[in-house]
Amino acid sequence: MAKTNLEEINRNIYDIRNEDNYDYKIKKGLTPEIIAEISAQKNDPEWMREFRLKALEVYNSLELPTWGPDISELNMDEIATYVRPKTKLSSSWDDVPDDIKNTFDKLGIPDAEKKSLAGVGAQYDSEVVYHSMKEELIKQGVIYTDMETAVREYPELVKEHFMKCVPVYDHKFVALHGAVWSGGSFVYVPKGVKVDIPLQSYFRLNSPESGQFEHTLIIVDEGASLHFIEGCSAPKYNKVNLHAGCVELYVKDNAYLRYSTIENWSKNMLNLNTKKAIVGKNAQVDWVTGSFGSKISMLYPMSILNGEGAKTEYTGISFAGKGQNLDNGFKVVHNAENTSSIVNAKSISKNGGKCTYRSLVRIGENAKNSKALVSCESLMLDDISISDTIPVNDIRNDEVEFSHEAKIGKISDKTIFYLMSRGLSEEDAKAMIVRGFAYPISKELPVEYAVEMNNLINLELEGAIG
Amino acid sequence: MSEKLLEVKDLYVNTEDKEILKGINLTMNKGEIHVIMGPNGSGKTTTANAIFNNPGYQKAGGSINFNGEDITNLKTDEIARRGVFMSFQLPEEIPGVSVTNFLKFAKNKITGKPVKIFEFKAELKKYMEELHINPEYAERSLNVGFSGGEKKKNEILQMLVLDPKFAILDETDSGLDVDAIRTVSRGIELFKNEENAVLIITHNTKILEYLKVDYVHVLVDGKIVTTGSAELARQIEKEGYEKYKG
Repeated sequence: MAKTNLEEINRNIYDIRNEDNYDYKIKKGLTPEIIAEISAQKNDPEWMREFRLKALEVYNSLELPTWGPDISELNMDEIATYVRPKTKLSSSWDDVPDDIKNTFDKLGIPDAEKKSLAGVGAQYDSEVVYHSMKEELIKQGVIYTDMETAVREYPELVKEHFMKCVPVYDHKFVALHGAVWSGGSFVYVPKGVKVDIPLQSYFRLNSPESGQFEHTLIIVDEGASLHFIEGCSAPKYNKVNLHAGCVELYVKDNAYLRYSTIENWSKNMLNLNTKKAIVGKNAQVDWVTGSFGSKISMLYPMSILNGEGAKTEYTGISFAGKGQNLDNGFKVVHNAENTSSIVNAKSISKNGGKCTYRSLVRIGENAKNSKALVSCESLMLDDISISDTIPVNDIRNDEVEFSHEAKIGKISDKTIFYLMSRGLSEEDAKAMIVRGFAYPISKELPVEYAVEMNNLINLELEGAIG
Repeated sequence: MSEKLLEVKDLYVNTEDKEILKGINLTMNKGEIHVIMGPNGSGKTTTANAIFNNPGYQKAGGSINFNGEDITNLKTDEIARRGVFMSFQLPEEIPGVSVTNFLKFAKNKITGKPVKIFEFKAELKKYMEELHINPEYAERSLNVGFSGGEKKKNEILQMLVLDPKFAILDETDSGLDVDAIRTVSRGIELFKNEENAVLIITHNTKILEYLKVDYVHVLVDGKIVTTGSAELARQIEKEGYEKYKG
């Protein structure tokens, strides 16, 4: 039987790499002097400068994780943690420099804004280069700005929440993030305000041997609601790049937040991102995640259900090809009565790629009458790919409904034959099966992102029949 | 003079080192309905799969000519694009791909032309009504959670929409109740015209009561042992295959 050669993929638009044309690039490596220099460059207030230096101490005191994928190739002395693009923050698309603008144009960002978004932010390397929001939201008191502006203009809100949900002691890369963070988005939705069209941020890392450490802080106040979309990409360089962003979500009582992400990093990226939500009484946070690209990914969004009746749903998909090790999953802590979590995780691996679903479900003693339903399904496209499930379930009371289902599947020759008998080539057949497998996830995404995800799947499966 | 559509010559086929077909000869003209009958394991399904060049079946000899072209070694999808269709005994389930999207995609691949969406949907709706298929099934994942009968009807729906020149129906009638057999037969009648041909593989004769069959072939132990009219099928129903077995 003819074999499908799926190896050579064309990442076309995602791989456009611009000249490394920065205004300022920090020395590689990490020392208190370098951190102080970043802080000075960013015009931090005193408390933030101290925070960064403290975080560096924590970073130096913590070990690399002893579990999960091997990340020993990461040498922080070789990574520049701060790269400022040659431009100022703009709220008019026309003012963004051409090379940066062209990249975002090709990624479809301004188009998406025109069509269906309430606001857009675009970050290039370490700084946000573009930010805008619809007038009516500003009138309702919604704040959507880059993180640096928030530190300056909303010091009380930021101080109260910044790295309180994800403390710097969580793990080594969170500490690193605390020391070198730059860019990212700040959103505040006031009590009772429903933002019914999504806000979106796009992160683009262009500079080689650098890191992106954007900080996203979202506060959805009581009874408010928001849909936030985050997109990420980077071109491929031969040297390792690092992404250690941090997302902190505060979903107050009776509030709703949907957080959708398409991460599409280049295949030399180490994606060590940390995302966490604290969920109040009768509030809900939903995560929708598509994880593509990156060489190694360790990404475990977490919901902490602190309020009675709090809910969370996680819908995620990972796609690992040759040389990729995607260690993704979801963590949930049930801390109150009548809380519920639903997980629907999928993974696809091919050409020796490895996908691991690593999860935690913790139901505390006081979380009576809670419910946790986990379903994970993986699809392997050949015999050399790897799929694994590593669940940790820590259930501390009896009055719960809990289930964990795991399914591992392969594409059978019979299915391929069936589809080929309807005129589909072997490649079309495989792509159709994979798209169908991913459909429960893509249907949760806004339509442009669902299209992008299908394009990514097609790109991953592209190749000639040999 | 009728025009030749399919010519299978001296076909030998093996599966996993076992010889299944031992020299099949079969000629079909446009406008004809043929039936292959035979006991279990005689090679009926193998014949269908061999025509479609399923990689799981190895051809050890012979040739298959379709519409004036040698298709013996073409890939399955290339054979499909030349106008061959097969209704599967056990249709595969494709989660996350709706009947509509699947057929639209397949139609585009078969015709090589963009599918006009309104025309396509109207046609699909019409055929679903004819086959008594619940209209909601158009948006359901292909064959997922369909009963045996629904899967078979869906195969006939695909045949009508893709409109091949030649359709092989592999045990489409098996496991169906009388009403479903009638519906499937109605689908075949709707499809059939003077330009196409149908090969029905079956081991019961119920479906033949509803269709005008031109030839019946009896397949035993990898060979066609006799060929006759519809009368032959009725005779076999009464007497069984005993007298044809070696």
